[in-house]
Amino acid sequence: MANTIEQTEAEIVEDFSLFDSWDDKYEYIIDLGKKLAPLPDEHKIDENKVKGCQSTVWLIAGYRDGKVYYQAESDAVIVKGLISMLIRVLSGHTPDEILSADMDFINKIGMTSHLAQTRSNGLLAMVRQMKNYALAFKSLKFDA
Amino acid sequence: METATINAIHTYDVAAIRKDFPILNREVKGHPLVYFDNAATSQKPQSVIDALVHYYSFNNANVHRGIHSLAEEATADFEATRDAVKDFINAASREEIIYTRGTTEGINLVAYTWARQNLKQGDEVIISGMEHHSNIVPWQIICEQNNAKLKVIPVNDKGELLMDEYSALLNDRTKLVAVNHVSNAMGTVNPVKEIIQLAHDKGAVVLIDGAQSAMHLDIDVQDLDCDFFAFSSHKLLGPTGMGILYGKKDLLNAMPVFAGGGEMIKEVTFEKTTYNELPYKFEAGTPNIADAIALKPAIDYINKVGKDNIRKHEDLLLNHATERLRAIDGLQIIGNNDHKVSVLSFVISGVHPQDVGILLDNKGIAVRTGHHCAEPLMNRFCVPGTIRASFALYNTIEEVDKLAEGLIKAVKILR
Repeated sequence: MANTIEQTEAEIVEDFSLFDSWDDKYEYIIDLGKKLAPLPDEHKIDENKVKGCQSTVWLIAGYRDGKVYYQAESDAVIVKGLISMLIRVLSGHTPDEILSADMDFINKIGMTSHLAQTRSNGLLAMVRQMKNYALAFKSLKFDA
Repeated sequence: METATINAIHTYDVAAIRKDFPILNREVKGHPLVYFDNAATSQKPQSVIDALVHYYSFNNANVHRGIHSLAEEATADFEATRDAVKDFINAASREEIIYTRGTTEGINLVAYTWARQNLKQGDEVIISGMEHHSNIVPWQIICEQNNAKLKVIPVNDKGELLMDEYSALLNDRTKLVAVNHVSNAMGTVNPVKEIIQLAHDKGAVVLIDGAQSAMHLDIDVQDLDCDFFAFSSHKLLGPTGMGILYGKKDLLNAMPVFAGGGEMIKEVTFEKTTYNELPYKFEAGTPNIADAIALKPAIDYINKVGKDNIRKHEDLLLNHATERLRAIDGLQIIGNNDHKVSVLSFVISGVHPQDVGILLDNKGIAVRTGHHCAEPLMNRFCVPGTIRASFALYNTIEEVDKLAEGLIKAVKILR
């Protein structure tokens, strides 16, 4: 059975607890960023850009069997790593699950306090956009 | 080379200067702060911080109209800064020194008064391709309102203005030329004296954006013969929210007022209001008293160290940084010319500026990344933004070395 959102969040928090320093945390995030599957170029258009990020972020979502699946990319690799974590937590869940997720793992891994305000705003903008997609799929009652 | 560097630093006594800036003692992310974002805002010496505390602790009163002792003391300190600024930029008289909130407000003041009054349909305003948004947008707004045209002096690959193109843009319809003295994004020092002279030959008025030059270059507005010169206190060791607009007296006298109320008024009836004399004509409302007062110790501090000494020290840092950073694989400096001050702007192939900024911050090193509010210039060089290290009188060679090492590590992790 697939993990719940809370379980995945707990896994990420545990992953981060293994690192002693922020150097190691950033290396891990960068590594995740490098491994994130690239978004096909046709999706890298203005309407898929997430507002509120200093770097460029493109985010798209699909709906299958009642669940939302995300794909995203950024031109900055640390942002890509952060996106990769957000996708790992939220992708493959129902709109209701996504909308009720508190995403507290971002605080627990120290990301909000460590990133400058402008960048954590970017991170929050991505979460908001992901939830907006979930809300859209829920309200439109898409059927795959 | 190494010995000469150490001697020069020694003579300058940067260690003594650093002691005057309390913020330089703090740590960021467990590392001693290395502050290389000076072009955005400079740090403040203790004397400036003390002046702010002293005003609110002992002299807090409104200026100019009070009959009591506190008001008189505050007014004296408030006006003392005007005299210090007059000397600092060698203005002909203290009436030519207008207090503003910063460079941006100074430029807007000229746009909304002089330009709004004088630009006619078909007139032309010339700016340069390396302007900060603050010296682009106000002119766009006024040109649109007055049906005037905005023209742009192009920038070459080295980050210099193309002076031949500038000469070709000038004509009898040119009414205003507004250019920066020093580029915030590249550090390029523009040949403003020549720019001003060529504009004057065509009868145009010239505004110089001195936001990035006032700290580093000797400013002599009479020698430059500029008509307006705008700058900010916070980039020259002083408080934020305080700036100066210098204007030639005749021009300022002929200009309409900017905002109404407070000290700008001589007499008010419901039928007619008469306006105060310069400089108060342009200073509506209760001014930024504390910050104006605290600008004087900032100017005193710069004068005490000496701009010539500051420049030599900053050149040393810039040259050392240029040499160290050029050795980094794939690093390209934006703005490669001999006439630059204090700013090193660069991109690194295969690496996003934001990622570099985050990793440097993780080592306590503060740089600026992004477009530096000069998007047209970024487009000119086909980059989304740069990494910018900008140096000040309190920075050290050791800090530059930390930057270079931080960059090498960041690139290794990011690529």
